Amino acid sequence: MKKLMIFPVLCALSVPLAFSSLTARSFHPSVDSVMISTADHTKFDQLKQDFSSGPEVTEACLECHTEAAKQVHQTKHWHWEVLMKDGRMLGKQHVVNNFCISVEGNEPRCTSCHIGYGWKDRSFDFTSERNVDCLVCHDGTGTYKKYPSGAGHPAYTDTAFAGKPFPAVDLSYVAQNVANPNRHNCGICHFEGGGGDAVKHGDLDNSLIDPTAHIDVHMSAENDGLDMTCIDCHQTEGHQVPGSRYEPHARDVHGFDYPLPDDYPTTCSSCHGLEPHTNYAKLDDHVDKLACQTCHIPTIARQRPTKMWWDWSKAGELDEKGHKVTRRDSSGLPVYMSKKGEFEWATDAVPEYRWFNGEMNYVTFLTQIDDSGVVPINHPDGEPGDSLSRIWPFKVHRGKQPYDSEFKRFVKPKLFGPKGSGAYWSDFDWDRAIATGMEYADMEYSGSYDFVETEMYWPISHMVTPKEEALGCVDCHRRNGRLEKLSGFYLPGRDANRFVEILGLVVIAGSLAGVLVHGYLRFISYKRRSGEE
Amino acid sequence: MRKVYLYARFQRFWHWMQALIIFSLLVTGLEVHGLFHLLGYEAAFHVHNAFAWGLVLFILLAFFWYITTGDFRQYLTEGNLLEKIMMQARYYMVGIFKNEPHPFKKNEISRLNPLQRITYLMLTLVGLPLQIIVGFAYYYYNELVALGMDPDWIEPIAVIHTLLAYLLIGFVIMHVYMTTTGHTLTSNIKAMVTGWEEVEE
Repeated sequence: MKKLMIFPVLCALSVPLAFSSLTARSFHPSVDSVMISTADHTKFDQLKQDFSSGPEVTEACLECHTEAAKQVHQTKHWHWEVLMKDGRMLGKQHVVNNFCISVEGNEPRCTSCHIGYGWKDRSFDFTSERNVDCLVCHDGTGTYKKYPSGAGHPAYTDTAFAGKPFPAVDLSYVAQNVANPNRHNCGICHFEGGGGDAVKHGDLDNSLIDPTAHIDVHMSAENDGLDMTCIDCHQTEGHQVPGSRYEPHARDVHGFDYPLPDDYPTTCSSCHGLEPHTNYAKLDDHVDKLACQTCHIPTIARQRPTKMWWDWSKAGELDEKGHKVTRRDSSGLPVYMSKKGEFEWATDAVPEYRWFNGEMNYVTFLTQIDDSGVVPINHPDGEPGDSLSRIWPFKVHRGKQPYDSEFKRFVKPKLFGPKGSGAYWSDFDWDRAIATGMEYADMEYSGSYDFVETEMYWPISHMVTPKEEALGCVDCHRRNGRLEKLSGFYLPGRDANRFVEILGLVVIAGSLAGVLVHGYLRFISYKRRSGEE
Repeated sequence: MRKVYLYARFQRFWHWMQALIIFSLLVTGLEVHGLFHLLGYEAAFHVHNAFAWGLVLFILLAFFWYITTGDFRQYLTEGNLLEKIMMQARYYMVGIFKNEPHPFKKNEISRLNPLQRITYLMLTLVGLPLQIIVGFAYYYYNELVALGMDPDWIEPIAVIHTLLAYLLIGFVIMHVYMTTTGHTLTSNIKAMVTGWEEVEE
C-alpha cells in the first residue's frame, strides 16, 4: 500500500518541476569579499587623509596604480575624440549634436561628465595625470557626484544647484570604498546624457538602476533575474571600455565568445550564439538580416520619457517681467523652457528602423549642409543586399538648431556662461552667442544665422525585454507594420506584386461570375423546358 | 437511371483529405499574404507549413496508389484528345442548356470525361507539384541561398507562389460548381461520399 502511494505522490511532485522553466541564476552570486579583491582600501594609509580636492585623491591612487592614468589617457572617456577610418576626427569633443549642439565653448557645464578634473576651457592639459578622475567610475558608495557646472569637480563645500542643495563629498570615505564600476557609476553620465534622466539615448536611463524584467531582462534582479551590470557586457581591459557609437558593429559573425569577446564589446551573440532560437529554425533564419535588438527591444524609453524633439528656434521667450518661462505638460515634463526652446517627449515609444552596416556618417562643423530640407546630423549606412547590413532600431532625435545661413554650416553657440559673456542662457541673443562661440572655437561665422531642422540617429541596444514580450511575426509581416518604410527587399505579408494581385482578382472574380452566369442560364433553360413539357 | 460504383474508398478518402488540405492552405496562405486576419500570422504560418507537408504526403500516397492499383489508366485517353475535349467543352457551353445527354458516359472503367482527365492530370502532375516546389523553395529560402541561390529570388518565388494560389482558387470555384452538372445537381457529390453515382442510362 505504501509503495502504491509513493508513485502518485512522485508524479504530482514532478509535474510542476517538469513544466516550470528553470530559474535564471544570478550573474553575480554573492561571494566573500576576499574573493573579489586582494586589497582592502580602508587599510591604506594614503587614503586615510582629509583630501581637499579630487586631484589629491588621484595622486594617492597613482602611488600604487602607477600606470592607471596613462591608461585612462588613451581612452575616449578622457579625450572625447575618435579618429575615424576616413581620417576625420569625431568624438564628443568634435561632433555636432542636436541636443546641446556643441561642447566647445560650454566646457564647464558639459565636462561635468568628463572623466577628469578642470576641463573648463581650451587650455585643459590632456597630459595631466592628477586630473584624471578615478572616483567617478570607482566610487563604491554612491555618494560621489560631480557638480553640474564644475568642469568635472565634485562639490568640496556644501552648495546648491538650480535651487536644490548640493552637499560636499567626503573624499576620504569615497577613496576608501572604491570598487569596480557598478551601474550607478556608468549611469551618472550615460543615463543622464542630454541634461537629465533619460533625455538622450532612449535605451539608457535610471530605471536601469533597479529595473523590472520588463525593462531589462539581463539587468533585472527580479524573480531571480541575472542582475547583470554594465561592465558584464562592456568588458573592460586597461580602462578601455568597449562599445562605441562611432564605430559600432552591426553584425557579429563569430557567435559564442564570452567571456573573451572579440575586439568589440560583448554582443548578444557572444552569449546567445548565432542560432539563438531553440527549436524555431525560422526565427534563426532572420538573424542574418535583423539585429537581435530589432525584435527584442520592442520599445524604447520603456518607463521614463525620452526627448524626441528639441526646437531651439523657439527659445528666448520671456514673460512681461523679463523672467524666464517654463511650461510643463500634465505629467510635469517641461515642454517649453526659455533657455532651450520647445520639447516633445515619448515613453514606451516605437523606435525607427534602418538598414545598418556599422558605418555612421557624421556631419561635422565643417560640412556644408543642404538646408533645403531636414539635415541628418548622422545617418546609418546600409542596404538590404549587403552581407553586413541588418535592420536596426534607432531612436531618432529631431529638432531645430542654429546654423550659418550663408556658409551653410552648423555653428557652435556659446550657451553656458555668466551674464554679459555672450552666453545665450544668460543674454538671450543668438547672434552674439554664435559669434562668441565661433570666435572661441577659432571658426568663421558669416554673421547671418537661421534655424534648420535636423535629425540624429541613436542605435538602440539596451533594455532588452523578456522573450515573451519580443515582437511577433505580424508586427513586421503586415501592411502598415513596423517595417513599412523600409524598401528595396521583398517582405512576405507586406509586399505584393500588383500585376499578380490584379490577375488573381480577375481569376477569382471571373470564375465566380462565370459559374453564377452559367448556373443562372442552366436554371432559365431548365424552367423553359419544364414549361414546354 | 442506374447506379455505378465509381470511387474506391481510398480515392474518396484522398479526395476529401486533399480538399481539406488545399482549403486550409489557401486560407492560411492568404492570411500570411496579409489579406485578412483569422488565425494570426504566426499560427497561420505554422498551419500552412504543416499542411504543406500533408499535401506532399497525400500526393505521394496517391501516386503510390494509382501506380500499384493501375487506376492511373483512368487518366489516359485514346484517339484525338483535343477533339474529345472540344466535345466536352461544347457540352458545357451549349448542350447542357438543351438537356442534351453527356457526350461521354460514366462507367466503372471510365469515370472521367476527357476534360476532367486533362485537368486533374495537369493539376496533380504539374500545378500542385510546381506550387509545392515553389513553396518549399520559399520556406527553405535561407538554406537555398546558403547553397548559392541568388537572394533576390525571394521576390519571384513569393510572387509565383501567390499567382499559383490565385489560379488554384479559380480551379476550386469551378470544380465545386462543376459538381452540380451531373445526372442530378448532387449526384456527383454523393458519389464522392458514398462511391456510388447515379448516371444516365
